[in-house]
Amino acid sequence: MEQKQALFNYLLRLGDNAAILGHRLSEWCGHGPELEEDIAIINTALDLLGHARSLYTYAGEVEGKGRDEDDIAYLRIEREYRNALICELPNGHYGDTIARQFLFDQFNYLLFSELVNSTDETVAAIAAKAIKEIRYHLRRSTEWTLRLGDGTEESHNRVQQSFHDVWMYTGDLFVQDESDKAVIEAGIGPDLTLLYPVWQDKVKEVLKEATLEMPENGWMQSGSKQGRHTEHFGYILSELQYMQRAYPGCEW
Amino acid sequence: MAQEKDLQKIFEEKIEKEIKIEPKDWMPDEYRKNLIRQISQHAHSEVVGMLPEGNWITRAPSLRRKVALLAKIQDEAGHGLYLYCAAETLGKDRETLVQELLSGKAKYSSIFNYPALTWADIGAIGWLVDGAAIVNQIMLQKTSYGPYSRGMIRICKEESFHQRQGYEILLTLCRGTEEQKAMAQDALNRFWWPSLMMFGPSDKDSAHSAQSMAWKIKRMGNDDLRQKFIDQTVPQANFLGLTIPDPELKWNEEKQSYDWGQIDWEEFYNVIKGNGPCNKERLAARQAAYDNGAWVREAATAYAKKKAERKTKDAA
Repeated sequence: MEQKQALFNYLLRLGDNAAILGHRLSEWCGHGPELEEDIAIINTALDLLGHARSLYTYAGEVEGKGRDEDDIAYLRIEREYRNALICELPNGHYGDTIARQFLFDQFNYLLFSELVNSTDETVAAIAAKAIKEIRYHLRRSTEWTLRLGDGTEESHNRVQQSFHDVWMYTGDLFVQDESDKAVIEAGIGPDLTLLYPVWQDKVKEVLKEATLEMPENGWMQSGSKQGRHTEHFGYILSELQYMQRAYPGCEW
Repeated sequence: MAQEKDLQKIFEEKIEKEIKIEPKDWMPDEYRKNLIRQISQHAHSEVVGMLPEGNWITRAPSLRRKVALLAKIQDEAGHGLYLYCAAETLGKDRETLVQELLSGKAKYSSIFNYPALTWADIGAIGWLVDGAAIVNQIMLQKTSYGPYSRGMIRICKEESFHQRQGYEILLTLCRGTEEQKAMAQDALNRFWWPSLMMFGPSDKDSAHSAQSMAWKIKRMGNDDLRQKFIDQTVPQANFLGLTIPDPELKWNEEKQSYDWGQIDWEEFYNVIKGNGPCNKERLAARQAAYDNGAWVREAATAYAKKKAERKTKDAA
């Protein structure tokens, strides 16, 4: 595979992860369990949208067809979005959101810790800025995992179920294809198979402290790297793209 | 009794000399009650005000606009927090205040009972709703109660940024296609009169105005504030090329301000009574957030308690 195409695919995946999870988190705005949580969750959404903007802008440059951040964010069809499936899952209750967030943050933290050393200077620079924020996201979602897991009996049971429900979407985070291989070879991004055991250990450690059981690795869903989404995704796009599709070509 | 008379005198002297009243100072019960009502109403308005704008986060037309809108709503949550804290300095806790909102006992600004129907409404809310709020809040920077006054100084800085942002959304629409401009005009048509209603009833019909002015909680009457808002907003509408939906609006050279039409007070009182387009949805959304978050708050409290107990045990 041509390296430029591989890098473009790679940037889209990173950008879509951030944009789609940021979109989901932004749905909490005004509906969180406490005002302080509304503020904190909007912070995470804002950080992720910031990462998405940098990654999309760079993807547009790499592609060289004159697409800007909004063309990429708003004007693709469903199969062209490459976010990990876990990012698009509905918010559910607060425990579902926290479980999704903790598992993703742990992955994102390990990934961006490596991207800081990318041979691609722009990727390294984006990662260097993002990693500080991702470290904070991980700290927050870890704390909430502990609070809910080791809080009341009700919160323990609820969040335990959340981890069981979301677990089959974790495998998809670590699937690699040809673009990944090209990116690994060029020293742009890390080998995800090497991150996987570290991720498992870290997750296990936190779940144990939270008095939660680590779900078993059964059948895993996959498909995000081919743009094969869950049923939920189309609804995200119908909101996200509404204005751009209804009023094409306008400045906003 | 003699002592209370002295305290009353000290309080009145402070008001007279523009010395701020602070939480630990003696104050008349009615002053305290009046302030709690006003500050908590203001706090609730910030929190309920997150909802109409929140509708458009997932549909914002560009990433730049989406991020700006989210950040604005985050500021509103922050304002809600400081205002609840300011109200708490008067001796009523946040939980009680929130219960009063949910039970319908406490009010919030009626403007948030109007729906945000199009993207242009996000511009109109920033320009007109935040604009009207700023006129009121600039006056409140000089309010006699210290914590409220200081909160307002901080909040005003962020609000004026929001207002410019809203105006800029509309400016972009007005320089865009015919459809975009029509969207902007439609938003102005729907938000103009409700924005004027934000200043409350005319002073002669306002239940709290006279006493609030005497205690310098408020420094200007509702009618003067409303006029100030109209005078500063009409030229901004002209610059956009939009028409204010008031056929009686006309510059009065003699008084150097605008004459304008009649507010539909029947609509105003109906929206306050609960008959606005979104009253039920707004309260239901706050109630749902409160109810769905109960187990989460309980878990956080239980965990904090366990953690503290473990720490004490370890120390022993």
